[in-house]
Amino acid sequence: MTLYTSTIVTPRPRPRAWAKFGESVAYALGLPIILLTIWGVWSSVSAAPYFPSPVVIFEAFIDTWVGPSFFEDVLPSLGRLAIGIVLAVVLGIAAGTVIGLVRWLRELLEPIFEFFRAVPPPVLIPIVAVLVGANDLMKLVVIVTGAIWPVLLNTIEGVRATDSVMTETARSFALTPSERLRFLVLPAASPRIMTGVRQCLSIALILMVISEMFFSSSGLGYQIVYFQRNYLIAEMWSGIVLLGLIGVLLAVIFGFVERRVLRWYHGIKEVERA
Amino acid sequence: MPEALLKVQNLKKVYESSTGSVEAIGDISFTMGRGELVCIVGPSGCGKTTLLKCIAGLLRPTSGVIELDGKKVAGPPPNMALVFQEYGRSLYPWLTVRGNVELPLKHKKLTRDERDRLIDDALVAVGLDHAAKSYPWQLSGGMQQRVAIARAVAYQPEVLIMDEPFAAVDAQTRADLEDLVRALHRDRGMSILFVTHDIDESVYLGERVVVLSKSPTWVQEDLAIDLAPERDQITTRALPRFTELRTHVYEQIQRAKRGEAVRPTS
Repeated sequence: MTLYTSTIVTPRPRPRAWAKFGESVAYALGLPIILLTIWGVWSSVSAAPYFPSPVVIFEAFIDTWVGPSFFEDVLPSLGRLAIGIVLAVVLGIAAGTVIGLVRWLRELLEPIFEFFRAVPPPVLIPIVAVLVGANDLMKLVVIVTGAIWPVLLNTIEGVRATDSVMTETARSFALTPSERLRFLVLPAASPRIMTGVRQCLSIALILMVISEMFFSSSGLGYQIVYFQRNYLIAEMWSGIVLLGLIGVLLAVIFGFVERRVLRWYHGIKEVERA
Repeated sequence: MPEALLKVQNLKKVYESSTGSVEAIGDISFTMGRGELVCIVGPSGCGKTTLLKCIAGLLRPTSGVIELDGKKVAGPPPNMALVFQEYGRSLYPWLTVRGNVELPLKHKKLTRDERDRLIDDALVAVGLDHAAKSYPWQLSGGMQQRVAIARAVAYQPEVLIMDEPFAAVDAQTRADLEDLVRALHRDRGMSILFVTHDIDESVYLGERVVVLSKSPTWVQEDLAIDLAPERDQITTRALPRFTELRTHVYEQIQRAKRGEAVRPTS
């Protein structure tokens, strides 16, 4: 009787890892460099006041954001963004798991969710400001109320769609509720949860900016609006560039976490494609 | 007859639905002794899976009693392990092979060493000790089913229940896995209840073959398989007695399909 019937599929080691890395960096930076060049050439020819050249914007960027403003505006904004994202993700997954597991709760809440998620969070800013005051808490509430929805709804769907055979396996081996949660429900829902988190990040960034546009005297959003109203065009653009860079940073962090959490998921996809 | 381990008495299962009720299982009674390997075979759609789910405590029977080790089965019993047909959906892809085998042992009161010993022992028994760190989806179908078997073996159940476990693997792998089940039964004295639709498989594996009628199901025949305990894919299957037995079971299944067999009125 042969026991070793077949080989194990292992991912092939990647040759020329550095060449591959260099290639992907060239791809990532190629288009931005081309666009910047076109912009630079065009702005030097046409001299439109609202579209200064990249060099001017770069100088404004250094002058505006490197220095005290980094600690007074950028860091507090990033702090609120980070706390808002963490709260939205944690609350979204916790509530989504409970709602996904309890059928009557789901049927009770889902119609209401459709209503609340359709309300744009910025319109809540004046109300929240009255309720909790025009402070950091107000900004956090705005970020969380807007960014929680994709996490919450995706978690509910992911938890609900847990495979029936996997659930029966857990039941037949009498797994405890906490084991079921940790080793079955949450991992099974993790692809959907990560989809929700990805959307949550961009919504949170938008709401961070918007929440600082009202009743504020500091923060990235406040500064950008201030520059606009005072015709500081290059400074305004530099703020927009900074927002874009924060977006890229979030995407990089997300990609890093996602690759670790969903290693098995991407592995299955790779095997299926092969 | 060895000491009774599993007792099924007058089991009946009716599915209620909006379009009316369907009687899947009419009246099934049989017993299984400790250390026995019993195969259950029946025509397709005869409620084999329903029967297993009732025995495993995953489904509540409409009436009748199931007793394991003298205790009435009301929910999944702790001394029973299941191997499903859908190995791809029964193993957790986010855990390694070792992690999958370890999971049901986590809440058993075992020391780290005891647990490791059980896992290693089970993986060696199914011939997968070299693949402990792999993920199930990196393995072939037959190897994945071995992982599911190893998980059940490490759990140290009183009875191992297998629901058409080899229906989805190719014929050669199937023969290897059948021998693995025979080896677990012979070397470790495991009590195994094996459900299959494959007549040859039931005769080759079982010490007894329980033939089910078509739905609503009852036990049409309870047949002792008087082949030697040492079995071999080539010689055993070539024995005249093997052919007789499989022909007999085949005829019974044909009668079951046509509904010719008459249910005894007890």
